Amino acid sequence: MSTKTVAATIPTIPLNARLSRWFGRNLLRIYMFFGFSYLFIPVAYTFAFSFNDSGKSNLIWKGFTFDNWQNPCGAPQICEALGNSIKIGFLATVFSTILGTMIAFAIARYKFAGRSSSNLLIFLPMATPEIVLGASLLSLFLVFKVNPGFWPTVIAHVVFCISFVVVTVKARIASLDPRLEQAAMDLYANEVETFRRVTLPLVAPGIAAAALLAFSLSFDDFIITNFNSGTMTTFPKFVYVSAARGIPAQANVIGSAMFFLALAIVIAGQLVSRKKAR
Amino acid sequence: MAIDPIAARGDLRLTRITKSYGDFKAVDDLTLTIPKGSFFALLGPSGCGKTTTLRMVAGLEEPTVGSIHLGDTDITTTRPYQRPINTVFQNYALFPHLTIFENIAFGLRRRGVKDVKEQVDKVLNLIELPHLAERKPTQLSGGQQQRIALARAIVNRPALLLLDEPLGALDLKLRRQMQIELKWIQREVGLTFVHVTHDQEEAMTMADTIAVMNEGKIEQMGSPADLYDDPETAFVANFLGQSNLIKGKIDGNDGDNLVIDLFGQKISMPKSRSHAIDSSLYAGIRPEKFRISRTGSAVRGNILTGGRIEDVSYIGVSTQYVVAMPWGQELMVFEQNDDGVPPFNKGEEVIISWEPNFTFGLRGDEDIEAGTEVNPDEISE
Repeated sequence: MSTKTVAATIPTIPLNARLSRWFGRNLLRIYMFFGFSYLFIPVAYTFAFSFNDSGKSNLIWKGFTFDNWQNPCGAPQICEALGNSIKIGFLATVFSTILGTMIAFAIARYKFAGRSSSNLLIFLPMATPEIVLGASLLSLFLVFKVNPGFWPTVIAHVVFCISFVVVTVKARIASLDPRLEQAAMDLYANEVETFRRVTLPLVAPGIAAAALLAFSLSFDDFIITNFNSGTMTTFPKFVYVSAARGIPAQANVIGSAMFFLALAIVIAGQLVSRKKAR
Repeated sequence: MAIDPIAARGDLRLTRITKSYGDFKAVDDLTLTIPKGSFFALLGPSGCGKTTTLRMVAGLEEPTVGSIHLGDTDITTTRPYQRPINTVFQNYALFPHLTIFENIAFGLRRRGVKDVKEQVDKVLNLIELPHLAERKPTQLSGGQQQRIALARAIVNRPALLLLDEPLGALDLKLRRQMQIELKWIQREVGLTFVHVTHDQEEAMTMADTIAVMNEGKIEQMGSPADLYDDPETAFVANFLGQSNLIKGKIDGNDGDNLVIDLFGQKISMPKSRSHAIDSSLYAGIRPEKFRISRTGSAVRGNILTGGRIEDVSYIGVSTQYVVAMPWGQELMVFEQNDDGVPPFNKGEEVIISWEPNFTFGLRGDEDIEAGTEVNPDEISE
């Protein structure tokens, strides 16, 4: 009897302890599993349904096919919309990166009247609700008798991208040791050469990050674009409009392709920086 | 317009330089000549204006008033890249995106020198690190980075090499080694070195001439031995090593010597070593110049009686005694342990004696604490 009790109690107490220890050790992993599931299930869903032999509506799984990937422009207007988005994204990125980098240098490096207020004002487009910004820009364009379309959209995108570029580049400049530039000047490099050979290469990763950010912000912007693009269709607009009658599987193809492209860029960046560090 | 490096080779002359930041004068009416080919040290506590002085010579700051000449050329307002002057920065400021080779070649390439590879290889051999040419600065140890920073500057054969606390970031052992190495390199390349430091031992080890700076002014300038043996101010007496400063009064003359009254006991010292301006003075004696004897024994030279051993610290090469004097002052005495065991114990009554020629005299109105509060190990900004 007594041996039986001992035999029954001994395993139960360590089991509790072992369970709680197991949880203690693996809690972070469990949390990570759910966290990543939460983030990636929608992406996985989008990717999976890019292979759906859907016909008109891509809501129900009807069978596996490569057709959508072989013919991504199959849905009417989809590639025209994508082309517009890429063109706008490219132009908005170029302009906002150049202007934003210049503003970042001015704010980070020079003392001038209105410096702290410009520092504050540059955040404003980031803080303003997009719906307000989009509507105001539209009325502004109309006041100046500019019709909504391609170029007004580019201008609108530059407006909100600049803030992000300034913030990103400024952080990089702030982490730059001013003694490096002094050392360059000390070693016979004049102002232009110092900027080209020391300042710019050291700030470049920040500028590149800012440009990528600007492109992705511009590429998937819907609200501001919807106000200012008139009849021109962009990729987000296309998806939104077609949602009413069923999004074609080609949209999933393009979405998935964008995702993998971004992933490839991130991995390549990691590899390059790891190689540099070695 | 770049300055012709040949014409500009000569002494560095700073004439009545003042640098003000608002009401604060970082450098205050400083005049200084640094002879060509010398190893010159600007020594002082942090905030004394030594780094500001260096930056004005480099061209990274402009003096508010005054002029800077290199040889016969006025360089006061020229840009840093127009001066035949290079700097070894504190924390080195190596370019992190360039290889060691390109770091060293940077100045040569900017000046359009032809045989870059040859010259960089030569200087890498001089500092004995030729195998690191293709590495990046972050892959190097502190000591290696220090040498690369030096190589990057001397490869340009500047008229003047400025070193801003170059050894501050190294540990003690490496610092000692680099001090000897720097001095050797200076002799090898024959350039004028101007070295800024807060470390008196570093300055004394390396420099031919030291200028001790305090609050934007030069307190005293001279060879390490001059400064140590005959300091002119309490600041110098305390900042370079330790000093016993005893309040006294000039009581008369005895040939080339002064007779000094120290709390009723008469001593003598050479007139030439007194910097007093009236009859009040501080008699200064370095702790290792004192000798301790038992009360009643026969001793020569200056004698102070009535001392009592307050504390004994045995530190291997020497023993440090604290001796309390009848007027309440405690004197430091360092005795060599050449007789083995320290012969005096706490509480013993002793007399202190020393060679009159080792005495120096400071003005009676000096603050005898000046220069003692400074922690020599602190890193200046």
